[in-house]
Amino acid sequence: MRESSGVPSTKSSSRAAARGRRPARRGPLATIALLVIGLAATGGVYSLFTATASADSATTVAADQVGEGQKLYQANCASCHGLQLEGTDDAPTLVGVGAAAVDFQVGTGRMPAAASGPQAEKKPVQFTDDQVKALAAYVATIGVGPAIPAAEYTDGEGDPAHGGELFRTNCAMCHNVAGAGGALTEGKFAPALTGVTGTHIYEAMLTGPQNMPVFNDLNLSPTDKKDIIAYLKYLEANPSPGGFELGNLGPVAEGLFIWIFGLGAVVAVTVWLTAKSN
Amino acid sequence: MTTTTEPTATRGPFADPTSGTARFTTAAANYIDERTSISGFVKELGRKIFPDHWSFMLGEVALYSFIVILLSGTFLTFFFEPAMTPTHYEGTFAPMKGLEVSAAFDSAMNISFDVRGGLLMRQVHHWAALLFISSIGLHMLRIFFTGAFRKPRELNWVIGFLLFVLALAEGFTGYSLPDDLLSGNGLRIIDGMVKGIPVIGTWISYLLFGGEFPGTDIVPRLFVLHILLLPAILVAALGLHLVLLVVNKHTQFAGPGRTNENVVGVPILPTFAAKAAGFFFIVFGIIVLIASLFTINPIWNYGPYDPSPVSAGTQPDWYIGFADGALRLAPTHLEVVWFGYTVSWNILLPILVLVVFLAAVAAYPFLEAWVTGDKREHHIADRPRNAPTRTAIGAAGVVFYAVLWAAASSDLIATHFKLTIEGVIVSLQILLIIGPIIAYQVTKRVCIGLQKKDREIALHGYESGRIVRMPSGEYIEVHQPLDEYDRWRLTSYNEYKPLVVRPNAQGRITAATRVRAGFSRWFFEDRIVPVSKGELESAHHDHH
Repeated sequence: MRESSGVPSTKSSSRAAARGRRPARRGPLATIALLVIGLAATGGVYSLFTATASADSATTVAADQVGEGQKLYQANCASCHGLQLEGTDDAPTLVGVGAAAVDFQVGTGRMPAAASGPQAEKKPVQFTDDQVKALAAYVATIGVGPAIPAAEYTDGEGDPAHGGELFRTNCAMCHNVAGAGGALTEGKFAPALTGVTGTHIYEAMLTGPQNMPVFNDLNLSPTDKKDIIAYLKYLEANPSPGGFELGNLGPVAEGLFIWIFGLGAVVAVTVWLTAKSN
Repeated sequence: MTTTTEPTATRGPFADPTSGTARFTTAAANYIDERTSISGFVKELGRKIFPDHWSFMLGEVALYSFIVILLSGTFLTFFFEPAMTPTHYEGTFAPMKGLEVSAAFDSAMNISFDVRGGLLMRQVHHWAALLFISSIGLHMLRIFFTGAFRKPRELNWVIGFLLFVLALAEGFTGYSLPDDLLSGNGLRIIDGMVKGIPVIGTWISYLLFGGEFPGTDIVPRLFVLHILLLPAILVAALGLHLVLLVVNKHTQFAGPGRTNENVVGVPILPTFAAKAAGFFFIVFGIIVLIASLFTINPIWNYGPYDPSPVSAGTQPDWYIGFADGALRLAPTHLEVVWFGYTVSWNILLPILVLVVFLAAVAAYPFLEAWVTGDKREHHIADRPRNAPTRTAIGAAGVVFYAVLWAAASSDLIATHFKLTIEGVIVSLQILLIIGPIIAYQVTKRVCIGLQKKDREIALHGYESGRIVRMPSGEYIEVHQPLDEYDRWRLTSYNEYKPLVVRPNAQGRITAATRVRAGFSRWFFEDRIVPVSKGELESAHHDHH
């Protein structure tokens, strides 16, 4: 809609410019003026046409998107989740999961699942962004569920200090203080949070995918979620002030490092110092 | 001092006693000697001989990293505030701004971000501590596997063990000081273990923390332990350790001209001292290089301590890992209720295992001396293969420790190797029991196999690969005889036999004697006898 409101002003201004250039008689600039008029007219008419078309057909596009999503759903998801989203023995129902859940699961490549296992793992995304949005739109029409969050909450512009505090209290027990991930029971695990988009982080908190609990808006308000995303984005953007991070795995990585490289280097030096010259 | 200046005086024109520098050195040395009579000591120390073998320098690594720890630690005390008073962080690290933190955490953050060179010093201190304890560990293994703990060095083994325990305590108290999330989690585990001790546990916990965990007393208390009491005991024990090292002389590996009565090597002054000083700077350099390149203990990630969050991947530093692993491996549902009181065997059992393990390490020299009945002094270090049972016991101990140690990272093993954490735990539980047994058997057989090979080589020389046809048509392979130096190395080790059970003066065979004989059989039943002179001579004749 923003586009359509912007277009008339450009159109009218270019027309005004064309009108001002119209010469009393043919001059050397006539060809150029004619070209300008032609371009302005074509562009203006085109933009007018598309603007009205988009205004008229917002609903038809949405309907198309849902239709496209339904086709994609039936081809790729229905075998496990059921034709009516009712779920089967292999997979849960999707009635009421909302667009956010679909955008997260399909948008990170977790769905369609590569194999049944302790949990569906991240893999290269199988659909284009438009297809993901279409699937999400389709699933959102069946039952009421959380929508894809607005960009203002996922841009990472929140308060990282508050986000860090919330992250340590709510997330670090599974995802590790630095978001490096951690183990859960029965082969399940909390994945690392580096390289995950703000939108996907938000959607994960909102929908609680797989083994993750749901952090609804009463639990963590949208601003809280925004702050958490800001903290994670801060960690991602700012390398450790202390040097290489060794995977942010804590003392285990540090211990392995000192035994292999620290002590290894020192022992190499002792061998060198006591070597006999041949 | 005079003894050191005299030899150099004859070496070149610069050390001419009439030249300015030398005159000053001589005068200064005389001045000091006349007032302290130190020359005898210096002469003795300067002539102390160090045999050259790389593994003899591991203790030095520990000493040097301890010096680095002292230096960097002193720097840190200038800026660290050991208090748990609540305050608000207002330093430069943005994602912490305005948070309520303790004064200890605040000052640790300021050291990291606002004190010039502070982060480097923190990282030097911490990396040096890790290197300190790992080099102690390797040093202890060297002593163990070469039998360098035997008479007269048993006491120094015990002092060394004490140093190891003190180093662990220093490490743990230091780890707890910044009052970050990780250190608080570590303290919480200690608190839980203390409270698991029946009757006195809860009282001790309240005494330690000055009330219910976490309280506001623990950081200043640990600080006093960390920078005053423990270092004082450590330095005293270290001094004693070094004095005994000088008194007992160094062990050496068998070789031509090396006997139980001498030490062959380089005197401390001048070459060895120069090398050692250089080595100190190399160790220092390695630590600083690591500290400047690799993050350690990023307290800015962990955040201030708060009893509610526990991060995934919370582990102690590596040296406490075996204790954490023991807790993780304890079977579940071990609690029993006796007379209305819960006895937490899931905590007591791991504590018991750790105490018994450490006690066995400390007492090993005495146990082995009792079993072998060997009262002689030993200054020749054993090659590990020549003491198969001891080496096998050591290998079993290493595996036992390593399994406990690995268990401390069970969660990371699970995530990084795509395993279930339950599977990792159960495998390690099984491995904790059968791993040492397998390691014992395999090591003992490998040692005996190596001894057999040594014996073969000592008697018949190396296989040269050259096949010769004799005039009679017989084919033989020519063996290349060993030179005397190599043969010495292969043949000189002590022979032990199992003790024979004999009645004592009263004509009785006591139970203790039987037990001891049983152990002795265990130690020495399978053995390879060293090559005797007679065997060597007859083997020699065969070849000619």
